[in-house]
Amino acid sequence: MLGVLVCLVTIYNIVLYTQDTDRSSAPLMSESAMKGEHLWQSNNCTACHQLYGLGGYLGPDLTNIISNPTKGREYAKAFFNSGVKSMPEFNFSEEQKESIVAFLEHVDRTGIYPNTNAEFGYSGWVAIEYK
Amino acid sequence: MRNNYSLIFITLGLCALIFGAFIGVLISLVYINPEFFKDVLPFNQLRPMHTTSVVSWIILTATGGLYFYLTRVDKIKLAFPNLARAHLGLFIITGIGIYFSLFSGNMGGREYLEYFPLLTVPILIGWILFGINYFSSLVGKVKDWPVYYWMWGVGLIFMVYHLSEAHFWIFTDIRNDYIKDLSVQWKSYGSFVGSWNLLVYGTAIYLMSKIKKDSNVGRGKKAFFFFFLGLTNLMFGWAHHTYIIPAQPWIRYVAYVISMTEWIIFANIIYSWAKSLSSKEKKENALPYKFLMVSEIWVFLNIVLALLMSIPTINYYTHGTHITVAHSMGTTIGINTAILLASVSFIISNLYGKVDVLKSKILRIGFIVFNISLLGFWLFLVIGGIYKAIWMSNPENVVFGDLHESSNSIFITFIFFGITLFIGLFMIVVPMISKIYPYCFMPKDEDED
Repeated sequence: MLGVLVCLVTIYNIVLYTQDTDRSSAPLMSESAMKGEHLWQSNNCTACHQLYGLGGYLGPDLTNIISNPTKGREYAKAFFNSGVKSMPEFNFSEEQKESIVAFLEHVDRTGIYPNTNAEFGYSGWVAIEYK
Repeated sequence: MRNNYSLIFITLGLCALIFGAFIGVLISLVYINPEFFKDVLPFNQLRPMHTTSVVSWIILTATGGLYFYLTRVDKIKLAFPNLARAHLGLFIITGIGIYFSLFSGNMGGREYLEYFPLLTVPILIGWILFGINYFSSLVGKVKDWPVYYWMWGVGLIFMVYHLSEAHFWIFTDIRNDYIKDLSVQWKSYGSFVGSWNLLVYGTAIYLMSKIKKDSNVGRGKKAFFFFFLGLTNLMFGWAHHTYIIPAQPWIRYVAYVISMTEWIIFANIIYSWAKSLSSKEKKENALPYKFLMVSEIWVFLNIVLALLMSIPTINYYTHGTHITVAHSMGTTIGINTAILLASVSFIISNLYGKVDVLKSKILRIGFIVFNISLLGFWLFLVIGGIYKAIWMSNPENVVFGDLHESSNSIFITFIFFGITLFIGLFMIVVPMISKIYPYCFMPKDEDED
């Protein structure tokens, strides 16, 4: 029984690690976006902010902040260096701010959250909208 | 220096619990006073100190318990006692490194593993040393393993795998694809928690077997069925954390089916065990029994929450809200902490050779305060989550600050329960530390048994 489960999970893992998430319209991450992701992580932004609803609860979810018509890239940049009281006093350079925006732009292109056009089935299943 | 490494693991675990709970109180205060403590340590450094400490409590205490039960209760001679000391030393040094990394702001920034990523290497080495010692001490020497030996052994192997998997972002193919990266990251977390659950639930079944003085508790078909069910959930049931991310639909289908099977058998085992326990056995093991019974209540509360959250339609609303926090608090404090405190109480009784060594008014009051506070804390997290879900479902609500401001009374209530929860834990844990600590450096060593 244990052997069967281990075989199944090995196959499952290999498929999961190698299968492309081809339904996403986002290209692979650019060098600038990767720098932005590194800044996002080294400053532990996820302690307060969520992406796809995953992360902290003190600040807003930023999955689609860039494509949000009422917000956008300049709005986001304005907040980076201590935008609100609870935020740490960051001192990002202009180049660093651009990198973080590039990362958020990349995330934005991968999907939608909250997924307001999702369709609910009678089985309890939710068919989410892909970008 | 001679030492009793199992007891040092447990003492450090108890200290991590108190420290983690205290930091938890500090970070909760930021919700009502945004600049609180910001000049000393901002929220992005404080929060990981809380999560790291609480995870350390579970890992260290479960590990110490395993070493204690193997060497002191089951009288199994460790194949390599020096590896156990090396394991302890590695975890102590790495622990210091993790707190230094978080304090200095040199972080990796991945949820739950926010410390400097290279510090995972000594943690992995520690687990591998433990695994080598565990299997070398048991394989071929102990026949007809009870289910808890299997749970501990498999849990150890999966701890190593899933902690490694949480760092697969170092591979370009995964790192370059944000959705795949997110999927693998949260898959590893779900399975990592499943791995430590194998250690903790194995401990619960071990305690039941010892309290009842019946080795069949860990050998029945039902116990093994539960083990395989838990293992299947560990392997495939993680994706309900990420229903909402645009990963391949088949990953989400599999998770939906598997996660519906979770929990039920475990609750059934505890229920059957409690029913069959005589009043003499309950009285003789009053504190471990009480904590195990509390964990049963939390299993039931979390069954309801976890099963509901695993239905995609409900998950759509609860995802990203404090209901997720209620679920993790219910499992880490309600279930894991109650089981581990039962384990520590059992170990203290075993050390002193008498059952009433922890009998005191303070501990009794602490037990009541802990449970009432946890219930209040959990309920108000659920209420806060429902409030956020309703807020988010209204497209007119766009300013996050409005949500935060209007949730103030909910925050104040759950902070109140958070503070009393810390007080309750303090009243339980400090007497436990004071009983265990004197034994940590006594001349008698585990490997002498």
